[in-house]
Amino acid sequence: MNAAQKDGLPVTGPLTSDASVATVEMAADPGAGRRATKWLRDNLFSGWVNSLLTILALAFLAWVVPPMLNWVLFEAVWSGTPEDCQASDGACWAFIGEKMRLILFGQYPPTEQWRPQLSVLLLLAVIAVSLVRRFWKLWLVGFWILSFVVLGLLMWGGFAGMTFVPNHLWGGLPLTLGLATVGVIGAFPLGLALALGRQSRLPFIRTLSVTYIELIRGVPLITVLFMASVMFPLFLPEGVSIDKLLRAQIGIILFTAAYLAEVFRGGLQAIPKGQYEAAADLGLGYWRAMGLVILPQALRLVIPPTVNSFISMFKDTSLVIIIGLFDLLGTVRLALTDPPWSRFHTEGYVFVGAIFFLFCFAMARYAGYLEKEMGKSDAR
Amino acid sequence: MSAAFRNILYQILAAIIVAGIAWYLVGNTLDNLARQNIATGFGYLDLEAAYGISESMIDYAPTDDYARALLVGILNTVKVAVLGVFLATIIGLIVGILRLSPNWLLARLAAVYIHAFRNVPVLLQLVFWAAFIRASLPSPRQVGEDAGDIILSNRGFYFPWPELGPSGPFLLVGLALGLLGWFFLRRWALARQAATGRPFPHALVGLGVTLAVAFIAWLAGGATLHFDAPVLTGFNFQGGARMTPEFAAVLLGLTIYTSAFIAEVVRSGIMAVPRGQWEAANSLGLRRSLVMRLIILPQAMRVIIPPLTNQYLNLTKNSSLAVAVGYPDLVSISNTTMNQTGQAIEAIAIFMAIYLALSIVTSLFMNWFNARMALVER
Repeated sequence: MNAAQKDGLPVTGPLTSDASVATVEMAADPGAGRRATKWLRDNLFSGWVNSLLTILALAFLAWVVPPMLNWVLFEAVWSGTPEDCQASDGACWAFIGEKMRLILFGQYPPTEQWRPQLSVLLLLAVIAVSLVRRFWKLWLVGFWILSFVVLGLLMWGGFAGMTFVPNHLWGGLPLTLGLATVGVIGAFPLGLALALGRQSRLPFIRTLSVTYIELIRGVPLITVLFMASVMFPLFLPEGVSIDKLLRAQIGIILFTAAYLAEVFRGGLQAIPKGQYEAAADLGLGYWRAMGLVILPQALRLVIPPTVNSFISMFKDTSLVIIIGLFDLLGTVRLALTDPPWSRFHTEGYVFVGAIFFLFCFAMARYAGYLEKEMGKSDAR
Repeated sequence: MSAAFRNILYQILAAIIVAGIAWYLVGNTLDNLARQNIATGFGYLDLEAAYGISESMIDYAPTDDYARALLVGILNTVKVAVLGVFLATIIGLIVGILRLSPNWLLARLAAVYIHAFRNVPVLLQLVFWAAFIRASLPSPRQVGEDAGDIILSNRGFYFPWPELGPSGPFLLVGLALGLLGWFFLRRWALARQAATGRPFPHALVGLGVTLAVAFIAWLAGGATLHFDAPVLTGFNFQGGARMTPEFAAVLLGLTIYTSAFIAEVVRSGIMAVPRGQWEAANSLGLRRSLVMRLIILPQAMRVIIPPLTNQYLNLTKNSSLAVAVGYPDLVSISNTTMNQTGQAIEAIAIFMAIYLALSIVTSLFMNWFNARMALVER
């Protein structure tokens, strides 16, 4: 890998045209105007094909951007009734304002709204703390467990003046965030076991792991959710039933585990063979070699791809609407069932899409940053 | 206790645990089924389905059996997956190359496209397009009678469809002959280039020959051609080819979502080609488009194909979300069947098996393709 690639620069830079000659001559000139002209010439108008493409792109922007801005900002209705919105050509953000509570927190009792609000803030804070590399210590695990206990108490309530809220009333952002976080954390041990199983020398264990991983990875999440929703009740003895949310969560965990297993396998395979041999030479058995030598190195390596798994999990939780849970997408669809507002689906989907985008984009950026940072420390 | 003995012991223990869990679950399931009077087995596939399906590639009526309904669903899934893979590859390739363009504006536009569509759940995109088509496009009435031949309405997209009549078979034979000729021409051209170094534009000439032969065959067949154009009758259009709004939404959503991922795959593949290859190609005086086509892309392909395969598999699996917008795909039809017969286990087993089979077929094909590309390496 060369330096340009590492820095994320496009390798294909403007080394094709005569512009590279001009770069040298003009670089000496500090004039801002001339520098701007030079930048324009290098990046937008080097050669007639490039100029033509630039003009086409500008025309496209001129065609798309003004109407879009008009719709989003200038002609938008920010508050008012459905009739006010009907009268305007712009977006009806009044719909979002009116239904904000329902979209973000589902059917959670309105008087108790501070609880899901606080839960979301708490969860985001825990995630934010976990993003700092300095805090990647054992106490973080304890911190997570503690936070989940607090979150559970807060959401269910039923003590200290907080009314009990059964989890079929949970919805919106807390549900989306919760399903995704619990999904990845819950899938962690199973995924690790499967990854180790796949690397195992014991044929039965290896076959079992490979079968599970490939079976789950070969089918869509929706089939696993269907299984969780329709078949789990059949698996249980008479009289025992488990809650719909828990079933979906188990389905998500079983599904994510197969993908995490492949991520972990990548980490395990990246550890040089010498490490395994050195551990064996020290007289360490399988478990101690894994626990003390291999996994601490492998798991650090796989943190960026695990963040990527979390991103896809976060997006995939939207599938739970198919089995009747109300995540963010579900709540916005619920909001759209209110007849006077039902025309404003574009606004609703754009709003929820923007929330998903913010989370996923931020996390993807973080994964990219992490990869670069960890690459740096490895190069030392 | 020796290591070998311990290994065998562990495996026997694991086997006992797995068998125990399976026995417990199967036992419970059989009890539950017996108590709820649900039949087991695949006998229901021969029963009459008794429900209509809004679009089908084969003849289907509610009087047909469940097996045929299932086949309709499989074909619909395959249809949207194949078209989606095709379109997403083309768009992804273009966006991925633009992302690396020296043109700053184009590179930015491509980046915006990639980030915007990658980071929003595909299900959200599907329901968005479905709602958009249903509500924002005009109804056939509003479109009116003199709207031209290509019609975008909320009841579907309509476009003229060529009907060849009696000259159809001639055209097909001509096309086949032309393609055969192209194949031999290409072989000869490559052999000559390898032997003498003189290139021959076999792609252009071959295409020309193929089209010419097909055209002559069509003339020989009587030169019949009729465009069946959509016409407004009553509340809807008749004639021409129709793309239902549900299919359009699924295809649009899957294509755009997957193309954003493919663009990133293409970009990283191109960036994996060493800079020296660009410089060497440039110093040979090749144009940028030629450098890309002859030097960079063939090498990038080796990096691209494995992750590209994953994207194809993802698209196929994501097509199962069609159920959310009412496109009668495999899952949607299995779901209806499951609700009517109560035989959830069999229905789920069938569609899981079919998705697995589709995944395996795609993997095998891409592995074969990968092996072919890898052979080019010296």
